[in-house]
Amino acid sequence: MLASRSWLSRPLRERSTQIFLGVLLAALAVFTLLNLIVPAGHPLHVSTYTVTLLGKYLSFALLAVALDLVWGYLGILSLGHGAFFALGGYAMGMYLMRQIGDRGVYGDPVLPDFMVFLDWDSLPWYWHGFDMAWFALLMVLLAPGLLALVFGFLAFRSRVTGVYLSIITQALTFALMLAFFRNEMGFGGNNGLTDFKELLGYDLRSDATRLGLFLASGLALALGYVLCRAIVASKLGRVSMACRDAEARTRFLGYRVERVQLFVFVVSAMLAGVAGALYVPQVGIINPGEFSPIFSIEVVLWVALGGRGTLYGAVIGALVVNYAKTVFTGVMPEAWLFALGGLFVVVTVLLPKGVAGLLASLRRRRDDDASETPAQGASS
Amino acid sequence: MNLLKEMASRDRVFDFMAPARSPVDVRHGPILYLEDVSVSFDGFRAINDLNLTIDDGELRCIIGPNGAGKTTMMDIITGKTRPDHGSVWFGSRHDLLTMNEPQIASLGIGRKFQKPTVFEALTVFENLELAMAADKRIWPTLTARLSGEARDRIDEVLVTIGLTGHRDRPAGILSHGQKQWLEIGMLLMQRPRLLLVDEPVAGMTEQEMERTAELLTGLAGKQSVVVVEHDMGFVRSIARTVTVLHQGSVLAEGSMDQVSSDPRVVEVYLGTESDNTEDARC
Repeated sequence: MLASRSWLSRPLRERSTQIFLGVLLAALAVFTLLNLIVPAGHPLHVSTYTVTLLGKYLSFALLAVALDLVWGYLGILSLGHGAFFALGGYAMGMYLMRQIGDRGVYGDPVLPDFMVFLDWDSLPWYWHGFDMAWFALLMVLLAPGLLALVFGFLAFRSRVTGVYLSIITQALTFALMLAFFRNEMGFGGNNGLTDFKELLGYDLRSDATRLGLFLASGLALALGYVLCRAIVASKLGRVSMACRDAEARTRFLGYRVERVQLFVFVVSAMLAGVAGALYVPQVGIINPGEFSPIFSIEVVLWVALGGRGTLYGAVIGALVVNYAKTVFTGVMPEAWLFALGGLFVVVTVLLPKGVAGLLASLRRRRDDDASETPAQGASS
Repeated sequence: MNLLKEMASRDRVFDFMAPARSPVDVRHGPILYLEDVSVSFDGFRAINDLNLTIDDGELRCIIGPNGAGKTTMMDIITGKTRPDHGSVWFGSRHDLLTMNEPQIASLGIGRKFQKPTVFEALTVFENLELAMAADKRIWPTLTARLSGEARDRIDEVLVTIGLTGHRDRPAGILSHGQKQWLEIGMLLMQRPRLLLVDEPVAGMTEQEMERTAELLTGLAGKQSVVVVEHDMGFVRSIARTVTVLHQGSVLAEGSMDQVSSDPRVVEVYLGTESDNTEDARC
């Protein structure tokens, strides 16, 4: 037990993690204060709308961290991480639907509106249990985790890697999107799940709940980051990087590469599910659009822009791109995709290691300048 | 049915009863023993009635022209290729032909391939750490902490391969020769009894070659080392016993001087090869 605690707490002793957590928690505190204490109308006031927007960015950041864990450290480029995100979101959405109770448009005490509309007379079996929060939260982890387990088991056992795996993940999320579009699936079809009222008894439209969700997203990001860092900094993390760089060699050393891949992939999928579960109550809807391949590719772009294989780069990328998206789609919506494409080209050409790579090289240059004379003294 | 037959015919304890790593029995001298081994690929006999004995702690060089079967021989010893007939024994207790690659590796036969593959993004120290014999399942690996003993072992190997000064550098920035040494170090972390080294000095500078020669001769005695090499100058500098392979069987065996004065050897190999190296030296 002591040993297992120590691998989890290892990142807390790292300087980079301390800085990351410090900045994140400080930002959470500042936005909370600006929202609560500064009166509305004051230029520094942060509206609840903005807080919710930031909360959405934070859940995206957690998704990006999850993707960076498999892409940056395991070398598996998943173009379908949106599927795990959406599954977590649907699990949360189903709970929220059940919480509506008889306050829906049709007033049925058990059936969600869309089922009444479809003339169903009872809940499908897989909707049972979602009226209990603990069960729904468990499903937030288990649904994406199980999908990743089955998918990963089949893919990694057959040693499918590289481009082929990326294409299959893309197909996975596309297939799920088509399935969830069907009304017969029982997930609200095209419209998805919406019209949520309350979460754990708190009114979703109240400012306090929205602030709470924002803080929960920030906290989840912090915990997810520490968990990923703990994995990356452990021996298993080094084995992951070994799998990434020389898979056959790693196998030759006696490591079961496919199990390492499966473990990390499942952890990452669960984190993506948590991100989805935090996203849904903040935007108020979950529909099959989250399964769309475009969304999953966009997540890859966030990570690439921020800097792959650093974790904090993924956070920076997710925040920057989504902020830019909000601004752009507000000013000139039709130009957004061009802007995103342009941004990606610029980063690929000028900053192959993303924003994080730029930061690292700036820091290294500064260190080199500072230590030039002593280093020469030491080498001679 | 097969299993029954196997159980009836076995001359040693069953796998599931045997200790994970039963000691290698070398009381009778040789640590590796190949007898009448033959293998053919599509009718081409790559190995032809090969007989070879390596003594415990010996440093043996194996030379031969291209296509003589050197690499195929390594493949057979490590379990990658199954011979058509013949027997291969590790010590006098382990029949290697009944085992698969990981089992053979865990018996203590380490193999270094021609092209060095180290984990370039990891430091030299971390490369050795991953190579260390340990419980390699997921959870133990995740929660693993480096014991002082393991750290000492890694430092010891770092000294042996002469990379102590590069301990915390990424392996990717090492020179070609240093990568080769690191790879030998990674083999040593697994405490092998027998090291198979395939062309260790290909592409090395003169200095690196000398250093490699020191390293390999230093290892012999503690481990048995089998070196397959093309470079005659290098072989001359380390070999006590040389085996010449030709067309899949042993053509000659003995000290370097004996072998190089053997007219058959000169004919198939040494004559032209040593001329070439002499030319290269000038």
